[in-house]
Amino acid sequence: MAQITLENVRKVFGKVVANRDITLTIHDREFMVLLGPSGCGKTTLLRGIAGLERIDGGRILIGGQDVSDLPPRKRHIAMVFQSYAVFPHLTVYDNVAFGLRMQRVPAAEERARVQAAAELLHIADLLQRYPAQISGGQRQRVAVARAIAVQAQVLLMDEPLSNLDALLRLEMRAELKRLLKELKATVVYVTHDQVEALSLGDRIAVMRDGAIVQCDSPLTVYDQPATPFVGRFIGNPPMNLLLADVRPAPGGAEAVVGGVAFPAPGTAQGGKLLLGIRAENIQVHATPVAGALPGKVLVVEPLGSHNLLTVQVDEARVKAHTHADAAFEPGQPVWLAFPADKIRWLEPEE
Amino acid sequence: MKSKAAVVARLGRAATYALAALFALWVITPIYLIGVAAFSERAAVYQFPKPLIPAPFSVETMLFFLRSHGVLQATQASVTVALLTLALTMIIGAPAGYALARYAFRGRDSFRILIVSTRGFPIVILSIPLAVSFMRWGLYDSPYSLALMHTALALPFTILVTSSVFASVPRDLEEAAMTLGCNPVQAFLRVALPLALPGLAAATLFTFVLSWNEVFAAVILTVRNRTLPALVLTVLNESPLPYRFAGGFFMLLPSLVFMLFIRRYLLNLWGRVVK
Repeated sequence: MAQITLENVRKVFGKVVANRDITLTIHDREFMVLLGPSGCGKTTLLRGIAGLERIDGGRILIGGQDVSDLPPRKRHIAMVFQSYAVFPHLTVYDNVAFGLRMQRVPAAEERARVQAAAELLHIADLLQRYPAQISGGQRQRVAVARAIAVQAQVLLMDEPLSNLDALLRLEMRAELKRLLKELKATVVYVTHDQVEALSLGDRIAVMRDGAIVQCDSPLTVYDQPATPFVGRFIGNPPMNLLLADVRPAPGGAEAVVGGVAFPAPGTAQGGKLLLGIRAENIQVHATPVAGALPGKVLVVEPLGSHNLLTVQVDEARVKAHTHADAAFEPGQPVWLAFPADKIRWLEPEE
Repeated sequence: MKSKAAVVARLGRAATYALAALFALWVITPIYLIGVAAFSERAAVYQFPKPLIPAPFSVETMLFFLRSHGVLQATQASVTVALLTLALTMIIGAPAGYALARYAFRGRDSFRILIVSTRGFPIVILSIPLAVSFMRWGLYDSPYSLALMHTALALPFTILVTSSVFASVPRDLEEAAMTLGCNPVQAFLRVALPLALPGLAAATLFTFVLSWNEVFAAVILTVRNRTLPALVLTVLNESPLPYRFAGGFFMLLPSLVFMLFIRRYLLNLWGRVVK
C-alpha cells in the first residue's frame, strides 16, 4: 500500500510561497497528475514528496508513514527527472542497475531486473552504450527504466516528456500509459501540458499560485471547471466565458448575456456571473433561433475534422466548433444556441 | 558571394592555425634547444650555431648534472613537497570548491573574492614572516613547512577551478542518485566525483607544476633541505653551462610528462560528458 497524504504542505523560497498549505490524498495505485502553468509550484510539491526539498510546514505521509523528515533514499520512491539525469559516466546497463546495486540486490536478480526493465522500454540492445551514444528519446527511456527497475511503490515524474519532439512525445505518452498501468505503482506526474494530463491521469490536480484549485477526474475537470482559470487552462480552445448580469425575475433570478436571459443558477439574486461553455457544445445557426445569442463570424479555421469559428458577440469573442461541411463566411451574422445542460456558471475572478 | 565567404572562412582558419603555430614555436623552441644541449656532449654546449639534433647523442651531460652534489636529494625534496602540496590542496580545496558550487550560504560572494584576493599578497611578504614563525615553531627548513606555503599559494586557484568544475556537474544527477538510494556522500562519490575528475586532474596538474617550479619561497624557507629549483638557483652562477642546460631540462621533464598524461585523460573523459 502506498497512499500518499499531504497535510498542509507549505514551502517558502525567501518571500515567494511556492506551496501554500496543500492538502491532498493520492490513493494507492492512482495516477495523479499535477497540472499548472510554470511557476505554480507543482515541481516544488513533487520535490517535496521526493524529499529533495525540505517542506517548511505540514506533513507528508507515504503508505501511512510520516516521511517529512526522511531523506529521499528512505522514502521508497523512484523519480524521473525532466532533464532525465542519466549518469553520463555509466553505461545504460549500469544506469538501470544503479538503484539495484544501492539496494544490494544479488547479481543474478540484478541482471534479470535490468533486462526486464530494458525490454519493457525497448532499450535492451543499448545496454552496453554510454548515454552520449544514444538519442534523447532513448535517454528518456533509460531514465524511466532506471526508475522502474527499483520497483518502488511510488513513482514520481517531473515533466518526463517535455524535452521530446512532438511525434515522439505522442508515442511515448501512450507507451507510458500502458507501462504504468502494468506497474501498479502510485504515480505522481507533473506537467504543464493539459493534453498530457487529460490523457494520462486518473485524477488531475490543477494548481495555480502554489495552491490546488481543483482536483478531480480528467472528464470532470474538463467539463465542470471549478474556476474560470481551470476552464481557460484546460481544453483547446479554452472554455468560452461570457460575463452575465444577474437580476431578479418572476420565478427566480435570470442571468443576461448579450440581451438573452438564462435562468440563473442557485440562489444568486444580483451581481455578475460567468457563463462558461465549451466550443464543441455550441450550436451555430445561420438564421435567428429563439434563445440564441446573435453574433458575427470573424474567422473560419478549417481543421479537417471540424471547423473552428471565432464569433464576435457584443464585446466578447466566442470560439465555436461547426461541422466540417457547414458553410460559414467571415462577416456573416450567426445565432449561437447554448444547450442548457452544457452551460456552466462560474464566479468571476477579481 | 558564396565563394567570397568561403575564402574569408578559409583565410580565418589559416590565420588561426598560423597564430597557433606561432604560439607553439614560442614555447617549444627554448624547450627544444635546452633538450638538444642536455643530450649533447659537454663540449657541444659551447658550439655556435647550435646543432638542430643532438649529434653525437650523449647522456653524459645529464649524468653529470644528476651526479652533482645535492641534486638527488633536492629532487627527492621537490617531489615530497609537490606531492604533499597536491594532497593538501585537494583535501582543503575540493570540498571548499564543492561548497561554493552547490550551496547558497551567507557571504558566498565575499568568500569568493576573499579567496582570489589572497593571491594579491606578494610571496615576499608572505615568506619572510612565515620563515620567522616556522623558526619559532621548529618547522623551519623542512619539506613539510614548504608544502604548507605552496598549499597557501595554490589554494585560491584550486578552489575556484574545482568550484567551476563541480558547478558544471548538473545537480540533477546527484539528486537522481539520492532518489536511487544514495546518501549525499555516496551521491558525491559515485556521481559528482567521477564526472568532476577531469577538471580535478587539471587543478592537480597545476598545483604540482606550481610547487615543482616555485623558487622564491623555497629559497627563503629552506637551507639544507633545498628543493631542486632552489638548489639550481643558488648554485647557478658558479655552475658550468652543461650543468645549467641539464638542470633546466630535468626540471622541465615532470611538467611535460604530467601534462601529456593528464591531457589524454582530460580528452577521454570530457568526450563522454553530455549536457
